[in-house]
Amino acid sequence: MAAKPQKSSPLLIVLAWAIVGIPWIWGITQTLKNAAKLFG
Amino acid sequence: MPSFFDRGSQIAGPGFSRWLVPPAALAIHLCIGQAYAFSVFNLPMSKLIGLTKPAPDDWTIPQLGWIFSIAIAVLGLSAAFFGRWVESGGPRRAMFTSACFFAAGFAVAAFGIQLHNIWIVYFGYGVLGGVGLGIGYISPVSTLIKWFPDRPGMATGMAIMGFGGGAMIGSPLAVLLMKYYATSASLGVAETFLTMGVLYFVLMLFGAFIVRLPADDWAPAGYVPRVAANRMITAGHVPVEAATGTRQFWLLWLVLCMNVTAGIGVLGQASPMIQEMFPGRVSAVAASGFVGLLSLFNMAGRFVWSSTSDYIGRRNTYMVFFVLGIVLYAAVPTTGHMGSVALFVAAYAVILSMYGGGFATIPAYLKDTFGTMHVGAIHGRLLTAWSVAGVLGPVLVNYIRDYQLAHGVAKTDAYTVTMYLMAALLAVGLAANWLMTPVDKRHHYRAEPVEA
Repeated sequence: MAAKPQKSSPLLIVLAWAIVGIPWIWGITQTLKNAAKLFG
Repeated sequence: MPSFFDRGSQIAGPGFSRWLVPPAALAIHLCIGQAYAFSVFNLPMSKLIGLTKPAPDDWTIPQLGWIFSIAIAVLGLSAAFFGRWVESGGPRRAMFTSACFFAAGFAVAAFGIQLHNIWIVYFGYGVLGGVGLGIGYISPVSTLIKWFPDRPGMATGMAIMGFGGGAMIGSPLAVLLMKYYATSASLGVAETFLTMGVLYFVLMLFGAFIVRLPADDWAPAGYVPRVAANRMITAGHVPVEAATGTRQFWLLWLVLCMNVTAGIGVLGQASPMIQEMFPGRVSAVAASGFVGLLSLFNMAGRFVWSSTSDYIGRRNTYMVFFVLGIVLYAAVPTTGHMGSVALFVAAYAVILSMYGGGFATIPAYLKDTFGTMHVGAIHGRLLTAWSVAGVLGPVLVNYIRDYQLAHGVAKTDAYTVTMYLMAALLAVGLAANWLMTPVDKRHHYRAEPVEA
């Protein structure tokens, strides 16, 4: 079955990364805050 | 089943960007990685009746510990059992199924918490959730390898880094939700489980929606296979049934098992270990910071080491893990005797980066050894090594410590034998990795080379 052309918009790529990236960055920030206690 | 889940409808058309596939994989792994943060529920679930302190009918910590153990054991078993099904149906069907099982696991466990029935919780989060974990873990692996034949280590490392990162979201999210739902009559645990199940279900569906398979004849622009340059990268494809009958599969099983055993026991015991090895110098709060730091190195190592393996080769990468790991484990007791917290922390940070790196590099190692045709299914079967290591690692660390203490060894020295034993386990892994050779061509699916 020949697949239809489906050009990916750069906006869609940015949006997809943002959807997974924002919660991830939030989680990393929380962990960094926790890790900082080792040096506090 | 609607055609949306047919393998044919998952094939990307011309112009589809492969950079949409890693976020799809991350949407799955960031969710199922929550399993690593399950211990955040242990304390509240041990006082669901007593609320402020455990009542006689409350669940004990050892009872609760089984929830995570069952989930990890079922993860390995379901990855092995469903690997072929995941491979044949494509990533979308697998991701959707994983989302259903994982979310259902939360919902059933919430019901069990509400009824205060531990067996329902075991079945919900442990069994149903464990199936979601196993299918979800392997669902994007072979798809990523096919989209990134030029950088398979980096691609799978990115997804598996998400599994390490999932705990970093799951733990603070659970704390926030329990705080939000808590009342004078409830700790809000069941409501938190339900909410997390719904949130994870939505994010995992997003992954299933955007994921695509490359067409059979697709390759990145300008890609030239490096097969001829490295004899450890096969040009053939070994079917999963044949792969599990090869010496190489079991050598890699041993490589993964030893690497994970050495890391997982330490990860679970990190907080008391640093406090006991440096009494009076490391507080409980600082020890929790140490655990956070290890989580960061565990996550970062997944991406850094697997990306590095694209350049130095998988076998060499594991050689570094084992040789450096042996040196560091052997040096840890000395850092304790020296009283150097900084050296102790630095040694464990590197060890945990290699623990994560081992998970992330293994799919590309399998692809190099067995080809891409059934790499997801072969990966699934190899993950039984994780199930074994998940029991072996903590048992070795905890029981040897208790044995040492019972025989009058000081707390500061209670981990010395364990560290030397971990170094010995890594030496076994080193030997297994050393013995790795290309798979004999008689196991290949076809006589002539086929490059994905």
